[in-house]
Amino acid sequence: MSADFLYGIEVILNGLMAGVMYALVALGFVLIFKASGIFNFAQGVMALFAALTLVGIMEGQIPFSHLINEIFGTKIHNFGWEVPALLAIALTLLVMVAFAWAVQQFLFKHLVGQEPIILFMATIGLAYFLEGMGDLMWGSNIKTLDLGLPQGGSRVIEELSANLGGDDFYGFFIDKLDMVASVVAIILVLALIAFSQYTKHGRAMRAVADDHQAALSVGISLNFIWVLVWSLAGLVALVAGVMWGAKSGVQFSLSLIALKALPVLMLGGFTSIPGAIVGGLIIGVGEKLFEYTVGPMIGGATENWFAYVLALLFLVFRPQGLFGEKIIERV
Amino acid sequence: MFYREAGDFKTSYAADNQTFPIAFDRYRYWVVLAIAFLVMPFIINDYWANALLIPFLIYAIAAIGLNILTGYCGQVSLGTGAFMAVGAYSCYKLMTAFPDVSILIHVVLAGGITAMVGAAFGLPSLRIKGFYLAVATLAAQFFLVWLFNKVPWFYNNSASGQISAPERFVFGVPVTGANTDAWAVYLVCLVFVTGSAIIARNMTRGSMGRKWMAIRDMDIAAEIIGVNPLRAKLSAFAVSSFFVGISGALFFSVYLGAVEVGEVFGINKSFLVLFMVIIGGLGSIFGSFAGAAFIVCLPVVLKLIGVDLFGWPPDLVAHFNLIIVGLLIMFFLIKEPHGLAQLWRVAKEKLRLWPFPH
Repeated sequence: MSADFLYGIEVILNGLMAGVMYALVALGFVLIFKASGIFNFAQGVMALFAALTLVGIMEGQIPFSHLINEIFGTKIHNFGWEVPALLAIALTLLVMVAFAWAVQQFLFKHLVGQEPIILFMATIGLAYFLEGMGDLMWGSNIKTLDLGLPQGGSRVIEELSANLGGDDFYGFFIDKLDMVASVVAIILVLALIAFSQYTKHGRAMRAVADDHQAALSVGISLNFIWVLVWSLAGLVALVAGVMWGAKSGVQFSLSLIALKALPVLMLGGFTSIPGAIVGGLIIGVGEKLFEYTVGPMIGGATENWFAYVLALLFLVFRPQGLFGEKIIERV
Repeated sequence: MFYREAGDFKTSYAADNQTFPIAFDRYRYWVVLAIAFLVMPFIINDYWANALLIPFLIYAIAAIGLNILTGYCGQVSLGTGAFMAVGAYSCYKLMTAFPDVSILIHVVLAGGITAMVGAAFGLPSLRIKGFYLAVATLAAQFFLVWLFNKVPWFYNNSASGQISAPERFVFGVPVTGANTDAWAVYLVCLVFVTGSAIIARNMTRGSMGRKWMAIRDMDIAAEIIGVNPLRAKLSAFAVSSFFVGISGALFFSVYLGAVEVGEVFGINKSFLVLFMVIIGGLGSIFGSFAGAAFIVCLPVVLKLIGVDLFGWPPDLVAHFNLIIVGLLIMFFLIKEPHGLAQLWRVAKEKLRLWPFPH
């Protein structure tokens, strides 16, 4: 096999891994959109906030220390302890659940029945708020997230695959972290599916997604389900934040992954969990391949827009996305 | 007492259909215009012009443009920043290619070019609706910004990749470049704002605007009663982009002077203008002004309070800014989802009955 062909395969493999990461973020969107019709732009910032909180708790930072120091003239920064990773993750989850409750209680409870665009704008407001809050609580410097996840390229795969090609092929380079992320994502998706198929609250969640009023009439509390859904989205955000944070540091640009997830959503359909995954994989492979083949000819950095244009072209032929519910319009 | 229709007799169809049916409103409109044109240029200073007035005027044009698309025609767009960039870059190319033609003409032509680009990116709206369309307009946002960054022709091969406005004159007074006076820049912007508002107001209440609103309220029903969705949607995209392009051209040429496209016309700009439209009120020209004023003033006021009053360091104030902006947006949406324009409408209704509300 020629080296170019093998490098092409490597690009596809890496694209699949990147696609899994996109799908992770897109999942959070789908969960909330399905259950409440809210297009949650804050999902990316939620991932940032979760990652910031996790790092802060692990390192024993005092929240709001910058503000406290400024007002009281003190010089406090750390509690002086370090929290083990698992406990910190559990605590962060608690924070995300509390956040979910607050969002429902103080924001969306008052916006029931509003138009989708208003709800969307509210989530942008939420994104601003959360971004400022994260910075204020934990400081805006770039942090490293060290959970002990493996980093760097996998030697084993590189050596095993090195003799596939000719002399100018040195084996597939695949990031270990990406592999871990893929495994985690698969587990997460399986867990979510199991949750929504086999548990009482999961079924209630699907009932709400199908029809709010019918769900209400059989005694399901919409309020509770929405808190639950936002908590789940918080969990997904935490996982996405951990994976992306471990990859490129916990910093503001983490919140921009939401923008990466939007074309995935368009492609897969806003209401479909399998769509988010398949869409993520298509986008991941597509943009990596495009950057590898066409990118050098037109100046590179095509990854910013290729996904959007691909999704746009796709939508022209299938306006509800790959797996979205068929749009039926009546007068 | 004085805010009444009573006693104000209309004798012609035109008078009956005028924008301000109440005499007091008409006087107020002329007084505002007179102050803006005749008083402000003399008392303006550099700080207030650059921090508040000029951004307000320019954003007001962009907000009017987006309001036509989103508020009147119901098509949510997140590509405003990119269309502003189209206006800025076409203005730059025109300014450097035809140095003898007046800058005012260039700005209008830049709007025209943006209108064509906007109509092209509006084509998918015939198939794609709702949030799918909103996300699809992001394709325009990212693709255009990338294009302006990567193709050297757009920035005349300048080493920095920036575009910077050469010096141009209107009636012998410099309005772009390094040696501009605040009042001259202000007047140029004011002329464009006034023109845009009058055109937009008359378009939206004419047959075109009624078609847009029919499409917004329900596009299938509109199609059945004989509105051509292709023409209505594309004209909305074109007209909206025309205003957005003008605002982008002004933003670049007379306000900033030099522009790096990713920083100035990124996605944040799109959201900013969308905020203005939502907070001001969808489907209202007055709302575009109110929203622009609100969003432009907010950071200035917060900075005044935070840095100057409390003496906090700027980065802390910046964090608080984000929190307060976020909270205010949420608060507004909960309390008044129809924006400042609705408050204004309610106030006018109350004023009609005042001082005998029963």
